Amino acid sequence: MSNVPAELRYAASHEWVRKEADGTLTIGISDHAQELLGDLVFVETPEVGAHLDAGGACAVVESVKAASDVYAPVAGEVVAVNEQLADSPELVNGDAYGDGWIFRVKPTDAVAVEALMDAAAYAAHLEAEG
Amino acid sequence: MLIFERSRPGRRTPSQAPAGRADVAALPERFRRRRPAPLPEVSELDVVRHYTRLSQKNFSIDTHFYPLGSCTMKYNPRVCNSLAMLPGFLRRHPHAPESVSQGFLSCMFELQEMLKDVTGMQAVSLTPMAGAQGEFAGVAMIHAYHKARGDEGRTEILVPDAAHGTNPATATMCGYAVREIPTDASGDVDMEALKAAVGPATAGIMLTNPSTLGVFERRIHEIAQVVHDAGGLLYYDGANLNAILGKVRPGDMGFDVIHMNLHKTFSTPHGGGGPGAGAVGVSERLKPFLPIPVVGQEGERYRWLTERDLPQSIGRLSAFAGNAGVLLRAYVYMRLLGREGMPKVADYSTLNANYVMARLRSLGYDLAFPERRATHEFIVTLRRQAKEQGVTAMDVAKRLLDYGFHAPTTYFPLLVPECLLIEPTETESKETLDAYVEAMAKILEEAAAEPGKVKGAPYTQPNRRFDEVRAARELDVAWQPEAC
Repeated sequence: MSNVPAELRYAASHEWVRKEADGTLTIGISDHAQELLGDLVFVETPEVGAHLDAGGACAVVESVKAASDVYAPVAGEVVAVNEQLADSPELVNGDAYGDGWIFRVKPTDAVAVEALMDAAAYAAHLEAEG
Repeated sequence: MLIFERSRPGRRTPSQAPAGRADVAALPERFRRRRPAPLPEVSELDVVRHYTRLSQKNFSIDTHFYPLGSCTMKYNPRVCNSLAMLPGFLRRHPHAPESVSQGFLSCMFELQEMLKDVTGMQAVSLTPMAGAQGEFAGVAMIHAYHKARGDEGRTEILVPDAAHGTNPATATMCGYAVREIPTDASGDVDMEALKAAVGPATAGIMLTNPSTLGVFERRIHEIAQVVHDAGGLLYYDGANLNAILGKVRPGDMGFDVIHMNLHKTFSTPHGGGGPGAGAVGVSERLKPFLPIPVVGQEGERYRWLTERDLPQSIGRLSAFAGNAGVLLRAYVYMRLLGREGMPKVADYSTLNANYVMARLRSLGYDLAFPERRATHEFIVTLRRQAKEQGVTAMDVAKRLLDYGFHAPTTYFPLLVPECLLIEPTETESKETLDAYVEAMAKILEEAAAEPGKVKGAPYTQPNRRFDEVRAARELDVAWQPEAC
């Protein structure tokens, strides 16, 4: 079973969200998602300042097997991206919830994140997907 | 070993034909090479042995069963090539006047006519140089059609997620936003999602039928109705034309424009990077926009139709008129098959796929769409084996090489996890198919009894597993020998 940290929120499309002290949200793809994709060879991050709609494709992760869109779990403005991924996409495989974060947003609606799945619900979602 | 590593300073083979001497001084200084070209210095025998050895390491249709799904790696009869290489064709200059090109032009005209007949379209242009350009020409015509009608608000192309992977790229190249339409559980387009997506912004939909899931889209008439009612047009990706040749026609399904990979369905060896031919066919309303030149007939004579004849054309896609050699092979192949032979291509490619599918299923392989009949190809998913034994689609693909078979397509389409897309084609015998099934049976046994063996494959090839991650991350497309 893949790692599903209890303190994070999750989207059905396998992104995770961490609430930061300054009200921003850090977003990446889950351990399960990186495992399915296999070794990443490229990550395309969104542009800082871009406005994202909830559910819209905003980044791309590419592995030796497949290229896949990353969707914005909530609406907001991109305030930072993980510049290290340009040279080291493998960070997502090695540390999906830490150094492998992809981008950070300032959410349009501060409580939108509460509508996402908690760890228990996401674990059940993974179970149901088989 | 690279041929550069065989290089020895000063070793060379003199030309065996008299070579004219170029007057270098006549070339402007700025166009002259400042240092010699970085060529390997080898003897003729070195070259012959080097490339013969390389070819022996290759898996090819001439040497191996090659069920690479979505690619239609079938046998290309030698005679198609021999006839396309007749001196009259080979030595014809592309600028030769029509008066001395009547033979060539009549072949091209008849090829256009046969393609119209087999696809149910109203007109055909042979000029696109490959599939990608055919797709581009198709969507460019949709764009030109809406523009000519002053219908400027159409900014979206709908693309089902089971369509061919190149379709979203084509729509984007033509300036459209792509809207993805999901697939339902049985592999058909999700009709509710389609109905919700169409509207005044819909320029058209790009469909592959059969789809990349190896199933025939059963509600194609309803889809055509929904898209046409919204004012959009239907584009048919000819990637999987082999499955329906002579059986059903895209024109009858309601498509307005189609591209055909002539190199793939009609007998040119492909997969090596070209050349190809991506002829396009259109319905009545797109006729004025066809790319030029097209071959026209006036009485007993043939001539090129150009800007003067088709002033609304999307234009020229190449310096001349497409890849003549590929078009000629297609012409010969279609004449060999004839009207009776065309449906047999579809019959046998479908029969072979369903035969292999039924046998693999009875061995215990899981099918992605077990309740559906396969078209010319089908999908096996190794999701269960990956989970239980750690044996993935890639492992099975690599192990097949040890048994002397080219691997099927792996990890495509993206909709199905751990998948193998298997397309036997119509040109394989039952004995070959049985031998392949036998190998798949052995691999399934190995996966259960000694999974490490499958995961370590291949053992019999000149190279073991490649470091695909490193190859992708450290790609060097500008490699030069060290001396340069």
